[in-house]
Order: sequence, then structure tokens, then C-alpha cells
Amino acid sequence: MDYFLTEEQVMIRDLARQIAEEKIVPQREELDEKEEFPWDIMKVLAQSDMFGLFIPEEYGGLGKGCLELAIAVEELSRACLGVSTTYAANALGTYPLLLYGSEEQKKKYLPDIAAGKKLVAFGLTEANAGSDAAGIQTTAKLEGNEYVLNGTKQWITNGGEAEIYTIIAMTDKSKGARGASAFIVEKGTPGFSFGKKEKKMGIRASTTRELIFENCRIPKENIIGREGMGFIVAMKTLDNSRVGVGAQGVGVAQGAFDEAVKFARQRVQFGHPIISFQAIQHMLADMATQIEAARALVYSVARYIDSGAKDISKASAMAKLFATDMAMKVTVDAVQVMGGSGYMREYPVEKMMRDAKILQIYEGTNQIQRNVIGQALIKEAAKKK
Amino acid sequence: MNIVVCIKQVPDAAEVKINPETGTLIREGVPSIINPYDMHAIEAAVQIKEKTSGKVTAITMGPPQAETALRDAISLGVDEAILLTDKAFAGSDTLATSYTLSKTIEKLSPDIIICGKQAIDGDTAQVGPEVAEFLNIPHVAYVRKIEDIGEKSIRVQRLMEEGYDVVESTLPVLLTVVKELNEPRLPSLKGKMAAKKAEIKKWTAADIGADEKDVGLKGSPTQVKNIFAPEPKKDRQMLEGTPEEQTDALIKKLMELKCL
Repeated sequence: MDYFLTEEQVMIRDLARQIAEEKIVPQREELDEKEEFPWDIMKVLAQSDMFGLFIPEEYGGLGKGCLELAIAVEELSRACLGVSTTYAANALGTYPLLLYGSEEQKKKYLPDIAAGKKLVAFGLTEANAGSDAAGIQTTAKLEGNEYVLNGTKQWITNGGEAEIYTIIAMTDKSKGARGASAFIVEKGTPGFSFGKKEKKMGIRASTTRELIFENCRIPKENIIGREGMGFIVAMKTLDNSRVGVGAQGVGVAQGAFDEAVKFARQRVQFGHPIISFQAIQHMLADMATQIEAARALVYSVARYIDSGAKDISKASAMAKLFATDMAMKVTVDAVQVMGGSGYMREYPVEKMMRDAKILQIYEGTNQIQRNVIGQALIKEAAKKK
Repeated sequence: MNIVVCIKQVPDAAEVKINPETGTLIREGVPSIINPYDMHAIEAAVQIKEKTSGKVTAITMGPPQAETALRDAISLGVDEAILLTDKAFAGSDTLATSYTLSKTIEKLSPDIIICGKQAIDGDTAQVGPEVAEFLNIPHVAYVRKIEDIGEKSIRVQRLMEEGYDVVESTLPVLLTVVKELNEPRLPSLKGKMAAKKAEIKKWTAADIGADEKDVGLKGSPTQVKNIFAPEPKKDRQMLEGTPEEQTDALIKKLMELKCL
């Protein structure tokens, strides 16, 4: 399918693909096996300006939008979802700054992020606050010119590896969700430490850790936006980043599909390559159709966000929901097409299937996405009356 | 540092096929790339620039389509590019090529000139050192490491069959480099965008003040008589079995042939 990408978008896609094929594919098996953070690949991405893609030119970036980021994420995901999660989580952590940061904060942090000198992580989830973001227990108390943070964030992607953390904490617990605020915390701040590195089913090249705040004092000016805006900052951040998770789904599904087709052409049973059997053709036909439908939705929503649309929650939830459910199904089917070989670690599809599962869970489970879409439907219906 | 990199556009060796009737390369439909050794030369030049500041100019001699190789070089961090293109340059052997490149380099007065050790199509490894001779400057071939660059001198490691030499030279100097020197980077997005917009200077024989009789076919003492793919040797025999059985069979065979 031709999505009528601009010359620059094609350039971004081709370069991301080149990085994926030359630098990521040869390493992905080892990264998964050893659960190793892909620093050398991050350096390649930095040198290729990939971290600056969505950051405005005045802060050293390329000033591109959601679509360009989605294209890059898709290509990286085709090779390894662990690597692409590291890259995409960096964008997730940067959105609060991009969307609500002050001019001083942007000037201070964005150039290093754009250059890939510093990685970013986003800290929202806690032991008792996942889907229910209003249940956050980490607190930030203003004392003089400093906020004092206490609490523990859980399952934070890039935790420990990132230099900059955007953290949601409660400044006024009595106000519930309206009592949350967003902060910037730098690695190395006294009172800020990391918990154990989690062992995961998939995306094992990506690092997941606890963030522990014990009387961690940060300057007052590290608040993003104003007190009480934390929940809005988090929701708008997720609205923007979810389309990227959708792009991850398209990428990993395409990667698994490509492997399944290659295998089906080579594997001979009953005297013929298995791709000549309708049973296999129909599976591949369904997979290809679902991937294309998801890609069309993800690109459309990304373009919609880039057009400056205000109410993007429903559209971005749809892109995430559809593309990641599709990714789970297609990666499972890729293993099925390849049979016993597909189940073996010698081939990459078992890893892709393990990796794909996270997409239905993180940045809002797909059940929560349905809630977001459902609530938007109620609002729209109410407006019509 | 003012650095010049000499590059060559070559057919992608992985895709090249030979016409069995004429014995020549089939160039149609074969993608062109920057000679792989020249990629290391570009990387070395860009690294020196990043450390010492300055400018990197890439030059190549070739047909108009060689411009794409220069644009690729810009996407990798090269600042300026010059394409030497003129019908008079056609048919150049290594001597005429070296003369043409040296006349161009004279106009640029660089501190360091870097070339790949050889091109993968011709495989002569002559052009780099010949350019240095024309310019009457020192050269170091097969550089595997640049140890130190001073104001007026450079210290490098030269790859030898066993081990390496440490060579110190005055500047300006010409280096030819081997792949052990570095790992060429991938292009950057900003580089690719700059490459798209960049103006590639096109210089002719007149622009570089070259003598007509020293360029192209006229300036080339080398005459290609015939190109052919050597016949594969057919009378070969594979010995099978355990190493002992193979050794026995080999000795028997050699005695039969009266070699032993």
C-alpha cells in the first residue's frame, strides 16, 4: 500500500529500516537472551538524529510530528520490540515536557534529549495505581523552595538507564486526581534510587525498574505546569504516545508476518511448499489484511494528531487497541504457520509473540482503551441531543 | 584541519554478475555504492573534523551519476563535494586518475588527504600513493589507527603482514586506510536532509588546469587487451573417508602421478 508519504517521511522510514536491519536484527536474539540494555543501538539512534525526530527545531530537533515518530517506531519494532520500547518510552517521558514544560525547562532539557545524550523515563504507575491513575500514593510536599518526594514507582521503562524522569506525584491527596502534579527529577538527586530490575516475559532488551523516592528534594521550578495539573499532563501524554504503541503493534506484526511468509515458501510437506496450501494461504491473507488495516488506522490517527486536533483521546485509544490486539493475533498465527520451528528460539517469531503481549497491557490496558472509547461515545451522544 | 577524501563509486560487489560470453561485468541494473574502503576514509575524516574542527571535502571522478555517491558522503558528515566530470576524463587508468585528482587537490590545499586502500572493482591500490607522488607529499598506506594529530605532524599505525609499524609524518600527508581503522557510521537524518539540498560542484579538466594530454585515455599508458573470467579447473577429485583413509588415498594418487 502507498500511504503517500512525503520524501522526508520515506527518508526517515528508510534510515530507521537500515538501522533495524544492520544494527538491531543481528543482536536481538542475544539482547533477549541476556536481558541486556541496548546501549550501542541507542548510540546509533542518537548519531542518526532519531531522538530529535519529534522535538522542535529550536531545541535541536527535527520538528516532525506523530506520524514521523510512528514510522520510525514501526520500523524499529519490526526488528525488535525490546529496542523499540526503549526508544518509544523515551518519547513518552519527553511528552510532558514538550506539551506542558516552561520555556526554561525546554531549553534546559530538550537539546540533550534531541541529541540522544540523555534518555528519559515516565513515572506514573505504582503498586496500587495502574489503570486507576488516581490512586497514586507518591507525594510531593512543598517546603520552602523545594518539593520533597516520597513513594515508589513501579515497572518504569528505562528506569535506572534514563537521566531524566518525568514523575506524577500527589501534591494534595484530598483532591484525588485533581491533587496530582508532574515533576522533573534528575538521576543522581539525593533520595532518588532504583529498585530491582524486573524479569519479564518479553521486551527483555528494555529495562524495567522501580523508582524509589525517600525525602528526595527537587527545586520548586521542577514542577511541570502548575500544581494540580498532573493528571491532565499524564492523560495528554498518553493520548499522544498511544499511537506510537499502535505503531509498535504494526511493526512487530509485520516482522512476524515476513518471517512466516519466508518460512512457508521454503518448508515442504506432502511434496509442496506449505504456502501452496489454502490452509496456510488463508492464514497469511488474514494476517496481511489485519496488518494493513491497523497501519492505515495508525497513520490516519497520527496525521489527525499532527493536524492539531484537540480531542484525540478516542482516536488514539482506537489506534492502540486495534493495532495491538492485531499484533497479538498475528504473532500467534506466525508461530502457528511455522509450527514446531516457530516455537523454537532458533527462529525469531516466538520472541515476537512473547514481546507482543506487553502491547495489550502497557500505556493503558486494552480494556482501559475500550473505557476511553466508550466514555467518548457517551459524550458525543450527549452532545447530539 | 582541512581534509580531502577521495572516493569512488563502484558497483555493489554482492550484486555483480559477469557476462559469460564477453567476460565483462554486467553493470545494468546493478546498484552503485561508495567503495567500501572509502567509507572508512570518510569516517576517519569526519572523526578528525569532529575532534579538531575544520572541513571535509569529498572528491570523486566519474560520470554525472557519481553525484549520488557524493550526496551519500554528505549524509555521513562530509561538508562539501566536488564531482570531476568531463568527457576528456573517460578511459583514465590509475596514472591519469591520480593526475586528475592531484590537480584538484592542489586547488584545495588540504592538511590531510584520505583514500580507501583500494577500490573493490579495480583492486589496484595504486591511486592513493600515486596522488601523493604527484603532489610531492609523504604518504602512509594501509593505516589501521590514527594515534595522534599535531599542528604539523601525524602519527599512525600502518598494517603489515605481521603486526604493524608506527609511522610519523609531517603534514600535509596522504593516508590510505584499511577497514580495521573504524566502523563507518550510518547516515543521520540531518545529514540526509543536507545531502538532498547540497550543491555539488562540477569541475572539468579546464577548471583544474589539467593538461589535456595527461587525462583520460590519452594520459593512460595502461591498455586493457582483454577481460576474461578464468576457466574453472575441472580435473579435481574430492577424497572422502576418515583422515587416515584420505591420507592413504592421497599418497597413492601422488605416487600414481609420479609426484612422489
